[in-house]
Amino acid sequence: MEIKEFLQHLVNGISLGSLYALLAIGYTLVYGILRLINFAHGDIFMISTYAGFYLMSSAILPWWIAFLLAIILTCILGILVEKAAYRPLRDAPRISLLISSIGMSYLIENLAIVFFGGRPKTFPIPAIFDRIITIGSVKIPTLSFIIPVITIIILAILLHIVHNTKTGMAMRAVSTDYEAARLMAIDVNKIITFTFAVGSTLAAVGGIMWGMKYPSLIPLMGVMPGIKCFIAAVVGGIGNIRGAVLGGFILGLGEIMLVAFMPALSGYRDAFAFILLIFILLAKPTGLMGKNLAEKV
Amino acid sequence: MLIINDLNVHYGGIHALRGISIDVPDNKIVSLIGANGAGKSTTLRSIMGIVKSTSGEIIYKDNDISKSKTKDIVEHGLALVPEGRRIFPDLTVVENLTLGAYWRKDKQGIQKDMNWVFELFPILKEREWQKAGTMSGGEQQMLAVGRALMTKPQLLAMDEPSLGLAPLIVKDIFNIIKEIHSQGVTILLVEQNAKAALEISDYGYVLETGSVALEGEGKKLLNDDQVRKAYLGEAI
Repeated sequence: MEIKEFLQHLVNGISLGSLYALLAIGYTLVYGILRLINFAHGDIFMISTYAGFYLMSSAILPWWIAFLLAIILTCILGILVEKAAYRPLRDAPRISLLISSIGMSYLIENLAIVFFGGRPKTFPIPAIFDRIITIGSVKIPTLSFIIPVITIIILAILLHIVHNTKTGMAMRAVSTDYEAARLMAIDVNKIITFTFAVGSTLAAVGGIMWGMKYPSLIPLMGVMPGIKCFIAAVVGGIGNIRGAVLGGFILGLGEIMLVAFMPALSGYRDAFAFILLIFILLAKPTGLMGKNLAEKV
Repeated sequence: MLIINDLNVHYGGIHALRGISIDVPDNKIVSLIGANGAGKSTTLRSIMGIVKSTSGEIIYKDNDISKSKTKDIVEHGLALVPEGRRIFPDLTVVENLTLGAYWRKDKQGIQKDMNWVFELFPILKEREWQKAGTMSGGEQQMLAVGRALMTKPQLLAMDEPSLGLAPLIVKDIFNIIKEIHSQGVTILLVEQNAKAALEISDYGYVLETGSVALEGEGKKLLNDDQVRKAYLGEAI
C-alpha cells in the first residue's frame, strides 16, 4: 500500500473514530450516573440526523441555524426520554430501567418509521463542507478535518465541565453516591437531567456530522452505531469519559484499517467491533481505562 | 430547635420507628444510644428527609420538615454525617469540602469555613489535593465531619462517628465534637459508644426496638443502673 493511500485511510479512520467517540461518551456518562445502558441513545442520535435533514430541507434557515436547532431539539428529546422512561423508575430495580430503555428505543425507531417513512433520505450537505483538499497527491474531504477538530473542541469543553466546575463535581459525586450527594443539598434529578442533556447534545453533534459523512438516512440507522459505540464505551472502561474516547478511536481506526488492509474481509467490517468486545471482556473485563467495579449489568 | 413528635416510620413491612418523641434544644448536645436496629439511624435519616415518615411531626424552628426534600432541609441548616462516612472517594479533599458548600453563594463565608475546617483538622490541609478514598478511616471520618460543616449547619447530626476507629482517634473525634459545639452548633449524636457519648451530652435518649425506652440528662443516664448494665457493659 502506498503511503498516500494509507494517509487517506488514516484520516478516514480518525474521523469515524471521532464520531464513535462522541456517541460513546453518551453511553458512558449515563452509565456512570444511573448504572444504565441507555439503549435509546442510538435512536436519539438517529433523530438528530433527521432533525438536521428536515430543518435543512426547509431551505429557509442558514445551515448553521438549522444544525444548531437540530442539536437543541435532540437535547430536549434526550431530557424528555429520561423524564418519561427513567425518572419514574428511580427506585426500581436496575433491570426495570434497562427494559424501559429497550422499550424507549423501539418506540423511537417505530415512530420514526411512521413519521419519516422507511425509504432512505439524503442528507443535504452545506456547500462549505462539501469540498476536497489536495495535499500533495493526497485528496481529503474537508469534513475529515472538521470532524476531529470539532470533536476535540467538544471533548475539551466536556472535560473542563466535569473536572473544573461545581456542576461537574456534583456529577461525579452523584455517580458515586446519590444519598451522600443529597446530603450536600445537590438536586440529584437536576444533575441526571443535565447528564442526559450533555449526552444527547454530543450524540446530536455526532449525528449531524455523520449525516454529512454518510448521507443516507433510514430510521434504523442508529442501531448499529449505537451498539458499536456502547462497545467502544465498554472497551475503554464504561463510566470513564477518556476511556470512551479511546474506545471510539480504536473502533473507528480498526474498522477502516481492517477494510483497507484486508479488502477480502470488508464484509466483516461490523463484526470487528464484536470480536474486539469479546476479546476485551476476556482479557480485561473492566475495559482499558476502567476501574474494578463490584457489579455490572 | 428540633422537636420530633410521635414519629412513625415503616420500611417495607417493618415498623422501624414506633412513635418516637425527641427534643433537641438550641445549643445543646443530645445523644441517642441503643443497640443495633433500635432505630437510631432511622431517626436521623428521617430528620434529613432520606427516609419518609408515615406519621408524626419533625418540627425544626417552628416548621414541619417531615415532608421536605433533603436539599431544602440542608439549606435550612441541618446536616448529617452519615454512618460509614460516605465521602466521595474519587474526589479530592478540597472537592469534597467544596461540595459541602454546594448550595452556598457566599464565597467569602465558604473560604472562611474551609479555613475553619482546616484548623479543626490540620491533616485535611496536608492532604488537600489527595483523593479522599486513599486516606485512612480516621482521616475520612474527619473529612465527613468537615464536609458536613461546610453546609453551614446550625444543627449537626452525626451517625456513629467513632465506628471502626482506633481508640486514640475516637478521643480526637469526641474532642472535635465538643469544639464544634462550642462554636454554637447544636449536636445530635448517635453512638454505640454510649459512655463517651453520654459524657459529653447534655441530654440522652435510650432507644429500644423503635421507641424511647429511657431519657434523661447525660450524667444521670451514665449513672443509671439499667443503662450501665445494658449499654456500658458494667457489672453492678
